[in-house]
Amino acid sequence: MFHYTLRRLMFAVPTLFVISFIIFALLDLAPNDPTGNLPLTIPPEVREQIRMSLGLGEPFHIRYLKWLQQFFVAEPLNFIQQAFGIEIGNSAERVRIRSWATRSPVVDLIVERLPQTLWVVGMSYVVGILIALPVGIISAYRQYSWFDQIGTFVSMVGFSVPTFFTGVVLIVVFSVYLGWFPSIYDTTHRVTDWNSFWIQVRQMVLPVMVLALYNAAQLSRFVRASMLDNLNQDYVRTARAKGMKEKVVLLVHVLRNSLIPVVTVIALGIPTIFSGAIITEQIFRVNGLGQLLIIAIQGADIPLVQTLTFIFAVLIILCNLIADILYGILDPRIRYD
Amino acid sequence: MTDQVSMAPEKVIPPAPGSPVAAEPRKQRTLTADVWRQFRQHKGGVIGAIVFLTIIFLVVFGPSIHGVDPSALNVRERNAGVSWAHPMGTDNLGRDTFAQILAGGRTSLAVGVTAMLLSLLLGTAIGVLAGYFRKLEGPLMRLTDLFLALPLLPLLLVIIMLFRDTLRRSFGPETGIFLLIVFVIGITSWMQTARIVRGAVLSVKEQEFVLAAKSIGTRERRIISRHILPNVLSPIMVSATLGIATAIITESALSFLGLGFPSDYPTWGRLLFDGVNFMQINPSRVIWPGLAISLTVLSVNYIGDGIRDALDPRIRGR
Repeated sequence: MFHYTLRRLMFAVPTLFVISFIIFALLDLAPNDPTGNLPLTIPPEVREQIRMSLGLGEPFHIRYLKWLQQFFVAEPLNFIQQAFGIEIGNSAERVRIRSWATRSPVVDLIVERLPQTLWVVGMSYVVGILIALPVGIISAYRQYSWFDQIGTFVSMVGFSVPTFFTGVVLIVVFSVYLGWFPSIYDTTHRVTDWNSFWIQVRQMVLPVMVLALYNAAQLSRFVRASMLDNLNQDYVRTARAKGMKEKVVLLVHVLRNSLIPVVTVIALGIPTIFSGAIITEQIFRVNGLGQLLIIAIQGADIPLVQTLTFIFAVLIILCNLIADILYGILDPRIRYD
Repeated sequence: MTDQVSMAPEKVIPPAPGSPVAAEPRKQRTLTADVWRQFRQHKGGVIGAIVFLTIIFLVVFGPSIHGVDPSALNVRERNAGVSWAHPMGTDNLGRDTFAQILAGGRTSLAVGVTAMLLSLLLGTAIGVLAGYFRKLEGPLMRLTDLFLALPLLPLLLVIIMLFRDTLRRSFGPETGIFLLIVFVIGITSWMQTARIVRGAVLSVKEQEFVLAAKSIGTRERRIISRHILPNVLSPIMVSATLGIATAIITESALSFLGLGFPSDYPTWGRLLFDGVNFMQINPSRVIWPGLAISLTVLSVNYIGDGIRDALDPRIRGR
């Protein structure tokens, strides 16, 4: 297991560096002048000073290495300091990645936005899994029944219809016509008592449902296929022949084996959810990470975009690694390839 | 699984002499005919094909039948409902929604098909090279894994933001943005095709007819084009249909986020994005383009399902 994990890590770490280089180079070498939007009356030498103050004076490779150092050394150290209240080295001299638009450290902006995204996206993923598991199990157990047929159709619709359309339709139906739920997610809302908790639940229903339906559609097909693979195996017949109850055969023997690939798919899906959330956050005006990215892109705030995109990449690689290792733990045959 | 193969060979019952069956000459069965027969069995696939062809027909010939300029303003008839003159109503400037949907569909489908062709070309080339030449396999598959690990939607947005103005300047506003979006979608969606094609090539490569072709001194280029490619056509076809669907969705998502086509150049995603602000007054403005996207993608996905079943020899035999 140790060798297996090491092999996976040996691939993940170089990938991470290559991707960081691609992202940095793409944004840095693009034809784009950060001082292009400033008034033309600014004399060239002042313009040059502004460029210097934005950290653009040095050659490309120096800036890349500096950025890497800030991302991998400075910011984690700051985080540890804040979390434990201790002082490591000279923290005042440490240069932080700063946003061009707001001049505040990028990491602070991200930390501000993270809870909203995690709440909405995380909740939708959990709800999606909770819908997908029973639907997939029943569809597989009663293959070709009306439940299976409807389930197949609904999941086909579910992953064909883009989230930006389901979201808009849900808003039209539930908040314009019926008026049950608000169409805008209010992030300043604080939960203090039952009443405000209820308001929080109501404003979360629509965004969570949009993402949950999309996730459930894909996942339930996967659970079904995996269950069907296992239901025809010999050990199922053996279990039945031993006189096991059908419930035990299905929910203990078959389900546990079927969940091995499903677990890895769930782990692999986490980063795609974050990028899918970019659209959902835009529809429901959730001021999470996705919206931060859109604002940064529209304002050409290069350091913020670089850091956010790279964080998404780190998430993808991390989740791939977790999925691989989980698969290795759950299915020992995988380790010896 | 669903495909329980009956291994028993088909019993050939000789027809009784003089019966009408015997008199008929035996028809040659071709692969295309077999696949077509199996595809017609797949109800979803057939309905999907009909819907998709209808959409294509409407989008191609609709503007000449409907005959309303999609950008013609008519402020007196703004936010009108459904009528004979305006089958889908009008928007806040009195532009005919139906005409806009037809015009938008042209762009959306053109982007979908072109981007699919580009990603198919890339994916097939990389898949065949990685599967056929052992030396190239390592680097090319690492490259594929690398691309799979990129955060695609953020990167797409970033690339479009950075290169939009430059391309507009050099190719003109409409061609520039079209080229950029097609190129960007194509270059970020070839990975699945490459993986599938590589797998298929690996298994075809080991078969006897390839060895036979090699032994009579066939050039490698010729082996690939004559013997390998025709045999890996079925996974390529399936990923082609799915590729159209993802390309259309990606394009609409980009336009929906305001980073795709400009608003005077309608696509389905752009129409939806423009309609969102008027959702409360005129919900039909978001329903129609959204419906168009969803129907197209759904029908394409069903066609893909049908083709996959039709090309699967384990299912076709039954």
